[in-house]
Amino acid sequence: MIVRIEEKGAVVLIEVKEERLDAHNSGEFKGQMLNLFEEGKNNLVVDLQEVRFVDSSGLGALVSGFKNASARNGNLKLCGLQPQVKSMFELTRLHRVFEIFPGAEEALASF
Amino acid sequence: MKEKIQVNIKVPNQTRYLGLIGKIGEDVARTLKRYKGDREELAYHINLVLTEAMANAIRHANEGDPDKEVHITIAIMGKRLNIKVYDQGQGFDICTLPTPDFKSLDEHGRGVYIIRSLMDKVTYRKLKSGHVLEMIKTLH
Repeated sequence: MIVRIEEKGAVVLIEVKEERLDAHNSGEFKGQMLNLFEEGKNNLVVDLQEVRFVDSSGLGALVSGFKNASARNGNLKLCGLQPQVKSMFELTRLHRVFEIFPGAEEALASF
Repeated sequence: MKEKIQVNIKVPNQTRYLGLIGKIGEDVARTLKRYKGDREELAYHINLVLTEAMANAIRHANEGDPDKEVHITIAIMGKRLNIKVYDQGQGFDICTLPTPDFKSLDEHGRGVYIIRSLMDKVTYRKLKSGHVLEMIKTLH
Protein backbone atom coordinates (compact mmCIF):
# COMPACT_ATOMS: atom_id res chain seq x y z
CA MET A 1 0.00 0.00 0.00
CA ILE A 2 1.64 3.21 -1.14
CA VAL A 3 0.52 6.51 0.36
CA ARG A 4 2.22 9.88 0.52
CA ILE A 5 1.69 11.63 3.83
CA GLU A 6 2.40 15.33 4.13
CA GLU A 7 1.70 17.75 6.96
CA LYS A 8 0.06 20.96 5.80
CA GLY A 9 -0.09 23.06 8.97
CA ALA A 10 -2.74 21.55 11.25
CA VAL A 11 -4.02 19.21 8.54
CA VAL A 12 -2.44 16.02 7.17
CA LEU A 13 -2.78 15.32 3.45
CA ILE A 14 -2.81 11.62 2.51
CA GLU A 15 -2.37 10.90 -1.18
CA VAL A 16 -3.31 7.32 -2.02
CA LYS A 17 -0.89 6.13 -4.70
CA GLU A 18 -2.73 2.96 -5.64
CA GLU A 19 -5.03 2.17 -8.53
CA ARG A 20 -7.31 0.10 -6.29
CA LEU A 21 -8.50 0.58 -2.72
CA ASP A 22 -10.05 -2.81 -2.00
CA ALA A 23 -10.24 -5.78 0.37
CA HIS A 24 -6.55 -6.45 -0.30
CA ASN A 25 -5.10 -3.15 0.93
CA SER A 26 -7.89 -1.39 2.89
CA GLY A 27 -6.80 -2.94 6.20
CA GLU A 28 -3.31 -1.51 5.81
CA PHE A 29 -4.76 1.87 4.85
CA LYS A 30 -6.89 1.86 7.99
CA GLY A 31 -3.77 1.12 10.03
CA GLN A 32 -1.91 4.04 8.47
CA MET A 33 -4.73 6.40 9.44
CA LEU A 34 -4.81 4.95 12.97
CA ASN A 35 -1.09 5.74 13.34
CA LEU A 36 -1.83 9.38 12.51
CA PHE A 37 -4.68 9.50 15.06
CA GLU A 38 -2.36 8.06 17.70
CA GLU A 39 0.11 10.88 16.97
CA GLY A 40 -2.72 13.34 17.66
CA LYS A 41 -3.25 14.23 14.01
CA ASN A 42 -7.04 14.35 13.76
CA ASN A 43 -7.65 16.49 10.69
CA LEU A 44 -7.08 14.55 7.49
CA VAL A 45 -7.60 15.09 3.79
CA VAL A 46 -7.55 11.90 1.71
CA ASP A 47 -6.69 12.56 -1.92
CA LEU A 48 -8.04 9.76 -4.15
CA GLN A 49 -6.95 11.29 -7.45
CA GLU A 50 -4.97 8.22 -8.51
CA VAL A 51 -7.53 5.69 -7.30
CA ARG A 52 -9.56 4.25 -10.13
CA PHE A 53 -11.42 1.59 -8.16
CA VAL A 54 -12.91 1.45 -4.64
CA ASP A 55 -14.89 -1.48 -3.23
CA SER A 56 -17.01 -1.76 -0.07
CA SER A 57 -14.02 -2.46 2.12
CA GLY A 58 -12.20 0.61 0.77
CA LEU A 59 -15.30 2.62 1.65
CA GLY A 60 -15.31 0.91 5.06
CA ALA A 61 -11.72 2.04 5.72
CA LEU A 62 -12.68 5.65 4.91
CA VAL A 63 -15.76 5.39 7.17
CA SER A 64 -13.51 4.08 9.93
CA GLY A 65 -11.15 7.04 9.45
CA PHE A 66 -14.07 9.47 9.43
CA LYS A 67 -15.50 8.04 12.66
CA ASN A 68 -12.10 8.10 14.38
CA ALA A 69 -11.45 11.69 13.31
CA SER A 70 -14.92 12.82 14.44
CA ALA A 71 -14.56 11.06 17.82
CA ARG A 72 -11.38 13.11 18.37
CA ASN A 73 -13.06 16.37 17.36
CA GLY A 74 -11.29 16.31 14.01
CA ASN A 75 -12.50 15.66 10.49
CA LEU A 76 -11.67 13.55 7.47
CA LYS A 77 -12.42 15.11 4.09
CA LEU A 78 -12.00 13.72 0.60
CA CYS A 79 -10.82 15.11 -2.71
CA GLY A 80 -9.89 14.05 -6.25
CA LEU A 81 -12.65 11.47 -6.75
CA GLN A 82 -12.78 9.99 -10.25
CA PRO A 83 -16.35 9.77 -11.65
CA GLN A 84 -16.78 6.01 -11.11
CA VAL A 85 -15.38 6.28 -7.59
CA LYS A 86 -17.77 9.15 -6.86
CA SER A 87 -20.68 7.04 -8.06
CA MET A 88 -19.78 4.45 -5.39
CA PHE A 89 -20.26 7.09 -2.70
CA GLU A 90 -23.63 7.96 -4.21
CA LEU A 91 -24.74 4.32 -4.46
CA THR A 92 -23.98 3.79 -0.77
CA ARG A 93 -25.23 7.30 0.25
CA LEU A 94 -21.80 8.11 1.70
CA HIS A 95 -21.64 11.34 -0.31
CA ARG A 96 -23.96 12.71 2.39
CA VAL A 97 -21.48 11.81 5.11
CA PHE A 98 -18.15 13.01 3.72
CA GLU A 99 -17.24 16.52 2.65
CA ILE A 100 -15.94 16.00 -0.89
CA PHE A 101 -13.81 18.58 -2.74
CA PRO A 102 -12.51 18.68 -6.32
CA GLY A 103 -8.86 19.11 -5.35
CA ALA A 104 -6.51 19.05 -2.34
CA GLU A 105 -6.15 22.84 -2.16
CA GLU A 106 -9.89 23.39 -1.69
CA ALA A 107 -10.09 20.57 0.86
CA LEU A 108 -7.13 21.93 2.88
CA ALA A 109 -8.48 25.48 2.78
CA SER A 110 -11.84 24.32 4.19
CA PHE A 111 -10.40 23.55 7.65
CA MET B 1 -25.59 -14.94 -34.19
CA LYS B 2 -25.58 -14.58 -30.41
CA GLU B 3 -22.29 -13.48 -28.88
CA LYS B 4 -20.95 -16.22 -26.59
CA ILE B 5 -18.04 -15.72 -24.22
CA GLN B 6 -17.03 -17.92 -21.33
CA VAL B 7 -14.14 -17.23 -18.99
CA ASN B 8 -13.17 -19.81 -16.41
CA ILE B 9 -10.58 -18.97 -13.75
CA LYS B 10 -9.26 -20.55 -10.54
CA VAL B 11 -7.09 -18.61 -8.13
CA PRO B 12 -5.76 -19.24 -4.61
CA ASN B 13 -7.99 -18.05 -1.76
CA GLN B 14 -6.06 -14.77 -1.31
CA THR B 15 -7.10 -11.14 -1.70
CA ARG B 16 -3.98 -10.37 -3.78
CA TYR B 17 -5.82 -11.87 -6.78
CA LEU B 18 -8.84 -9.54 -6.55
CA GLY B 19 -7.28 -7.02 -8.93
CA LEU B 20 -6.50 -9.66 -11.54
CA ILE B 21 -10.04 -11.05 -11.58
CA GLY B 22 -11.56 -7.54 -11.57
CA LYS B 23 -9.41 -6.58 -14.55
CA ILE B 24 -10.46 -9.65 -16.53
CA GLY B 25 -14.10 -8.74 -15.84
CA GLU B 26 -13.48 -5.19 -17.09
CA ASP B 27 -11.88 -6.46 -20.27
CA VAL B 28 -14.87 -8.71 -20.96
CA ALA B 29 -17.16 -5.65 -20.71
CA ARG B 30 -14.93 -3.65 -23.08
CA THR B 31 -14.85 -6.47 -25.62
CA LEU B 32 -18.63 -6.97 -25.99
CA LYS B 33 -19.71 -6.57 -29.57
CA ARG B 34 -23.20 -5.18 -29.33
CA TYR B 35 -23.44 -3.45 -25.95
CA LYS B 36 -24.97 -0.02 -26.43
CA GLY B 37 -24.74 1.38 -22.90
CA ASP B 38 -21.84 3.06 -21.10
CA ARG B 39 -19.04 0.50 -21.44
CA GLU B 40 -16.79 2.04 -18.80
CA GLU B 41 -19.64 1.98 -16.30
CA LEU B 42 -20.39 -1.67 -17.11
CA ALA B 43 -16.67 -2.48 -16.80
CA TYR B 44 -16.57 -0.88 -13.34
CA HIS B 45 -19.73 -2.69 -12.24
CA ILE B 46 -18.45 -6.11 -13.34
CA ASN B 47 -15.11 -5.42 -11.64
CA LEU B 48 -17.01 -4.41 -8.52
CA VAL B 49 -19.39 -7.37 -8.21
CA LEU B 50 -16.51 -9.79 -8.91
CA THR B 51 -14.37 -8.10 -6.25
CA GLU B 52 -17.19 -8.07 -3.67
CA ALA B 53 -18.26 -11.68 -4.31
CA MET B 54 -14.70 -12.95 -4.31
CA ALA B 55 -13.76 -11.06 -1.14
CA ASN B 56 -16.78 -12.64 0.61
CA ALA B 57 -15.78 -16.10 -0.62
CA ILE B 58 -12.17 -15.62 0.55
CA ARG B 59 -12.86 -14.11 3.97
CA HIS B 60 -16.17 -15.64 5.04
CA ALA B 61 -16.94 -18.82 3.10
CA ASN B 62 -13.34 -20.10 2.83
CA GLU B 63 -12.45 -18.48 6.17
CA GLY B 64 -9.20 -16.98 4.88
CA ASP B 65 -7.59 -20.41 4.34
CA PRO B 66 -4.80 -19.71 1.77
CA ASP B 67 -4.73 -23.35 0.64
CA LYS B 68 -8.30 -23.21 -0.59
CA GLU B 69 -9.32 -22.00 -4.03
CA VAL B 70 -11.86 -19.63 -5.51
CA HIS B 71 -13.33 -20.59 -8.87
CA ILE B 72 -14.94 -17.91 -11.02
CA THR B 73 -16.84 -18.13 -14.28
CA ILE B 74 -17.95 -15.15 -16.33
CA ALA B 75 -20.34 -16.00 -19.16
CA ILE B 76 -22.01 -13.84 -21.77
CA MET B 77 -24.75 -15.37 -23.86
CA GLY B 78 -26.29 -12.73 -26.06
CA LYS B 79 -27.65 -10.13 -23.64
CA ARG B 80 -27.31 -12.28 -20.56
CA LEU B 81 -24.36 -11.82 -18.22
CA ASN B 82 -23.85 -14.64 -15.74
CA ILE B 83 -21.14 -14.58 -13.08
CA LYS B 84 -20.54 -17.49 -10.71
CA VAL B 85 -18.19 -17.52 -7.73
CA TYR B 86 -17.56 -20.96 -6.18
CA ASP B 87 -16.20 -21.35 -2.67
CA GLN B 88 -14.99 -24.47 -0.85
CA GLY B 89 -16.23 -23.52 2.58
CA GLN B 90 -19.02 -23.68 5.12
CA GLY B 91 -21.05 -21.11 3.25
CA PHE B 92 -21.92 -17.45 3.61
CA ASP B 93 -25.38 -16.83 2.26
CA ILE B 94 -25.47 -13.19 1.27
CA CYS B 95 -29.09 -13.53 0.21
CA THR B 96 -30.18 -13.71 3.87
CA LEU B 97 -28.40 -10.52 4.94
CA PRO B 98 -30.49 -7.39 5.57
CA THR B 99 -30.13 -4.12 3.66
CA PRO B 100 -27.66 -1.91 5.54
CA ASP B 101 -28.89 0.96 7.65
CA PHE B 102 -27.22 3.88 5.89
CA LYS B 103 -27.51 6.16 8.90
CA SER B 104 -25.60 3.88 11.27
CA LEU B 105 -22.22 4.45 9.51
CA ASP B 106 -21.19 0.84 9.94
CA GLU B 107 -17.80 -0.07 8.44
CA HIS B 108 -19.14 -3.33 6.99
CA GLY B 109 -22.18 -4.65 5.16
CA ARG B 110 -22.12 -2.58 1.96
CA GLY B 111 -20.67 -5.28 -0.32
CA VAL B 112 -23.81 -7.38 -0.48
CA TYR B 113 -25.96 -4.30 -0.99
CA ILE B 114 -23.72 -3.29 -3.92
CA ILE B 115 -24.05 -6.72 -5.56
CA ARG B 116 -27.82 -6.69 -5.16
CA SER B 117 -28.10 -3.14 -6.50
CA LEU B 118 -26.08 -3.82 -9.64
CA MET B 119 -27.28 -7.30 -10.62
CA ASP B 120 -30.82 -8.44 -11.50
CA LYS B 121 -30.80 -11.80 -9.77
CA VAL B 122 -28.53 -13.17 -7.03
CA THR B 123 -28.71 -16.72 -5.63
CA TYR B 124 -26.51 -18.79 -3.34
CA ARG B 125 -26.66 -22.59 -3.56
CA LYS B 126 -25.04 -25.52 -1.83
CA LEU B 127 -23.04 -27.92 -3.99
CA LYS B 128 -21.36 -31.26 -3.26
CA SER B 129 -18.28 -29.48 -1.95
CA GLY B 130 -18.81 -25.83 -1.17
CA HIS B 131 -21.25 -23.31 -2.58
CA VAL B 132 -21.85 -21.13 -5.59
CA LEU B 133 -22.96 -17.51 -5.69
CA GLU B 134 -24.66 -16.82 -9.01
CA MET B 135 -25.28 -13.29 -10.26
CA ILE B 136 -27.28 -12.58 -13.40
CA LYS B 137 -27.86 -9.38 -15.31
CA THR B 138 -29.55 -8.59 -18.60
CA LEU B 139 -27.44 -6.19 -20.66
CA HIS B 140 -29.26 -3.58 -22.70
